[in-house]
Amino acid sequence: MFNGASNFAKEVDFAFLFTLVVSIFFLVLITGLMIYFVVKYNRKRNPKATNVHSNVFLEVTWTVIPTILVLIMFWYGWVGYVDMSEAPKDTLNIDVTAQMWKWTFKYENGKTTDSLYVPVDKPVKLNLHSLDVNHAFYIPKFRIKKDVYPNQQRMIWFEAKELGSFDIACAEYCGLNHSYMYNKVKVMPQEEFSVWLNTTVPDSTTKNDSTNKSTGK
Amino acid sequence: MSEAIAVPKNGKHPSYLDYQGKHKGFLGWILSTDHKRIGILYLVSILSFFMVGVTFGFLMRLELLTPGRTIVDAQTYNSFFTLHGVIMIFLFVIPGIPAVFGNFFLPILIGAKDVAFPRLNLLSWYLYVAGGLLAVISILLPGGPADTGWTFYIPYSVRTGTNVSLALFAAFVLGFSSIVTGLNFVTTVHRLRAPGMTWFKMPLSVWSFYSTAWVQVLATPIIGITMLLVIIERAFGVGLFDPALGGDPVLYQHLFWIYSHPAVYIMILPAMGIVSEIIPVFARRTIFGYKFIAMSSIAIALFGSLVWAHHMFTAGMSNTGQFIFSLLTMVVAIPSAIKVFNWTATLYKGSIELATPLLFVLAFIFQFSIGGLTGIMQGVLSVDIMVHDTSFIVAHFHYVMFGGTGFGLFAALHYWFPKMFGKMYNEKVSKSAFWLLFVGFNTLYFPMFIMGWLGMPRRYYDYLPEFQIYHVISTVGSWILVIGILIMFGNLIKALVSGKKITDKNPWGGETLEWTIETPPIHENFIDIPTVHEAPYQYKLNEATTLKTQEVK
Repeated sequence: MFNGASNFAKEVDFAFLFTLVVSIFFLVLITGLMIYFVVKYNRKRNPKATNVHSNVFLEVTWTVIPTILVLIMFWYGWVGYVDMSEAPKDTLNIDVTAQMWKWTFKYENGKTTDSLYVPVDKPVKLNLHSLDVNHAFYIPKFRIKKDVYPNQQRMIWFEAKELGSFDIACAEYCGLNHSYMYNKVKVMPQEEFSVWLNTTVPDSTTKNDSTNKSTGK
Repeated sequence: MSEAIAVPKNGKHPSYLDYQGKHKGFLGWILSTDHKRIGILYLVSILSFFMVGVTFGFLMRLELLTPGRTIVDAQTYNSFFTLHGVIMIFLFVIPGIPAVFGNFFLPILIGAKDVAFPRLNLLSWYLYVAGGLLAVISILLPGGPADTGWTFYIPYSVRTGTNVSLALFAAFVLGFSSIVTGLNFVTTVHRLRAPGMTWFKMPLSVWSFYSTAWVQVLATPIIGITMLLVIIERAFGVGLFDPALGGDPVLYQHLFWIYSHPAVYIMILPAMGIVSEIIPVFARRTIFGYKFIAMSSIAIALFGSLVWAHHMFTAGMSNTGQFIFSLLTMVVAIPSAIKVFNWTATLYKGSIELATPLLFVLAFIFQFSIGGLTGIMQGVLSVDIMVHDTSFIVAHFHYVMFGGTGFGLFAALHYWFPKMFGKMYNEKVSKSAFWLLFVGFNTLYFPMFIMGWLGMPRRYYDYLPEFQIYHVISTVGSWILVIGILIMFGNLIKALVSGKKITDKNPWGGETLEWTIETPPIHENFIDIPTVHEAPYQYKLNEATTLKTQEVK
């Protein structure tokens, strides 16, 4: 559940975990109190109610504490997002084309593939555009997502931290085969990637990868 | 309102159910301008569409039981989730509580004989029915039902050959129904309050209907014009939103959410009003923090109108936009939290009767809290990037819309049922139905949070095998939920036909005005308009008895 494979994973997972813990605390508090009151002040046990109108101290407390907490959450989210929104200068640039219902990746040297191949530990910048309708480029393991529009450019970047193969999904509804617009990102050691990139022979594995559905394992 | 009240038989005025106006029988219903009869018309039509929406939802869950094809193909599934969304949003949740219970009870709660514009009120029902029929026709015509999702995102909604224009027009017409209701309620609350009923003596549900009405009046025109523009785009290719013609699809999203986010508050605020109404009655004590609850409704309506772009955090907005909309989203959580705390505190030292309406209300608080807290998680920018457009979102808004508003509507139905029909339902059955609904609901939607965080995108016909376990649990939940819904409605219908008759004005021990009039209410509610001296939910008896016990000691 918390096994992200990119440079953003730690930050996103921490923000998620923090909000989750605070949320669980409040949910348990409220539900616990409700059940306790319903049992303790049940009509059978407590036939006469007592009126308690309001308490300014309580009202201020339960306004101020949640406000501080949500502001802290906001800050973690914002800091994490700023990192995602600004790519470093020295990146590997890849053009990504989305269309109903497949992805195409084009590297700086003109090499084109169906699956995304990237080196580990190196910032990669993807320039996203669509040929038809809206799509969204989503790599759950990397904690990244960006909508992809026709006639407009969007950018997304990441630094893969783990070797292996991870799912790329389309996250914006795009018609009939939306749920089959899966592909893979393959993270390779840097030297292996350089070799791969400069191999001009059509890669036979690429074709096999283009099967729309994969196990994600 | 100018018609004279019929001559009392046996010194008793006939109830609105027996009342004979200009028209009789069926016409007496569909041509009635009585707010109570219009409320019943809405109740029947809205619950009918709810069952249609439930059917589509049920079929979707069945399809998702196994990966690959289970019962239908992808195109049909895409229409299912579009129709489920359009019907549930525009024909059930948005009109829901205001059109049914607002119509029936708002005038009574403020001591009025009817709403300010009874004829407009009837018109709003006709617009609703017309919109509903258009939506149904769009399913049946050649071309096939819309397959765009209820959001109608451009350019897909311009490209697809299905009957999108008709579905959009249906939503456009339904928008007018909503605006007319809103206009009516704003005017009614301003002009028709009984003597002595100052703003802070209004029942809390009136506050929530009032804030909702403002949002309906101010925000709905924006969706109306946007839907029309999409129809024009489809018909004439003007190039407003379609990027192929130089338009901007992101502009469409802004316009869509400028209405559709405030619409979320149109959906939830009335349910919050119901909760504030029911808790003091079954806890037999004053509400805790009346003014805070009332003002938080206004705050929600105000801030809720300024957070629409949090639906677009992955669209590539400027960082300034992301910053502002994320911050405001966090702020809008506070008034909701204040309400939840005040409701919980109202149970403190009460004398609580765990009747069916209160069960639904407690489930509302639990489920709305989950919906609200996960809403905060989505407001956190970096987390939203991960969960945006996944089933996490689907779970979140079902916890708010169904676990919140839906359960609120069922609470209201069980709370006011005896007053509306003069009949009582079987409480044992209604409680069993509640537990089925509660267990079914949570089994259905909770797994979606986990799936979503693991990366299961929404609106997916098919899925990776690793997600199957969650889908199976969720689908089983949908079966339990549907059984609960059928038992609940079956129980209420049985009560209408052969339920125990009730003439008691105040079976629950409420202290708002509807409990001072006949059961069921007479044609114009009050023989004499009451004068209000006290804020609602005083339960002075508690203080009197406390004093007495002290004296005895």
